[in-house]
Amino acid sequence: MATFGVIVFPGSNCDHDAYHAMKHIMNSKVKFLWHKDTDLSGIDFLIVPGGFSYGDYLRSGAIARFSPIMQEVVKFAEKGGPVLGICNGFQILLEAGLIPGAMMHNQDLRFVCKNVFIRCETTDSLFTNTLTKGQVFDIPVSHGEGNYHINESGLKSLQDQDQILFRYSDADGNLTEESNFNGSIDHIAGITNDGRNVLGMMPHPERAMEKLLGSDDGKIIFDSILNSLSVA
Amino acid sequence: MYKAKVNVTLRPSILDPKGKAAHHALQNLGLNDVQQVRIGKFIELDVNADSKEAATKVVESACAQLLANEVMEDYEISFED
Repeated sequence: MATFGVIVFPGSNCDHDAYHAMKHIMNSKVKFLWHKDTDLSGIDFLIVPGGFSYGDYLRSGAIARFSPIMQEVVKFAEKGGPVLGICNGFQILLEAGLIPGAMMHNQDLRFVCKNVFIRCETTDSLFTNTLTKGQVFDIPVSHGEGNYHINESGLKSLQDQDQILFRYSDADGNLTEESNFNGSIDHIAGITNDGRNVLGMMPHPERAMEKLLGSDDGKIIFDSILNSLSVA
Repeated sequence: MYKAKVNVTLRPSILDPKGKAAHHALQNLGLNDVQQVRIGKFIELDVNADSKEAATKVVESACAQLLANEVMEDYEISFED
């Protein structure tokens, strides 16, 4: 059975949600990894959780990427190890250069905490292989800096190489202007690296695991991940 | 010891929502001569180095690796005499 590792930085606040999601909902093995740890042995899948690592000083994720464990995460990812960065985790992966681009403040400068819809754009990834292209999910977002930016050639390469996994849409899967609440370029909610083993996404699948709490659509992504790990 | 001053600003091509909000507030104050506002960061560094050239190298490295994100930001370095 695959073992998940959830990294804990000073200021992480979705680490326990991720742990709970994997252990109690997905019935998987999971352990916390402190940011000063450097031993990733026995870990099959890494989750870089959301929060405000190091108080978001300088830029979101800018300090966390220099944590001892991040050097190991980079090595793990470069060897093809699967990594999921959620929210602040996405920002850290961007700062670490594992995924191209950068995050800016939301276009209206507001911290947005609500449920939104995202649309699956490709099933060609270990994170989305049990999904259907065009499938729409109900999933929470909670961020002030989720306005994804990349230059024109970078965007073209993301599009050409099918690296955009999720876009913000309305409930029917239409890419309306209102649905792109944070101003992200090309409605981007989640992208993978060119090796397709690292996913960064702003929405929180680990917070959408139980119908009782609003939505369990986040499970679909973890089902896909578990499916990929079991056949790998 | 060299005192370096670093200005980090968003690249001109990038929309600056904070600057835009501040500009709007200035207009509300009646300061309509202000045409544009761009907000950045100002960082001071005390650097131990034998020469200004050596200090510049250190500060450039600090900027490129941490202080600025070159995907969206530019930086300018100057030294206090």
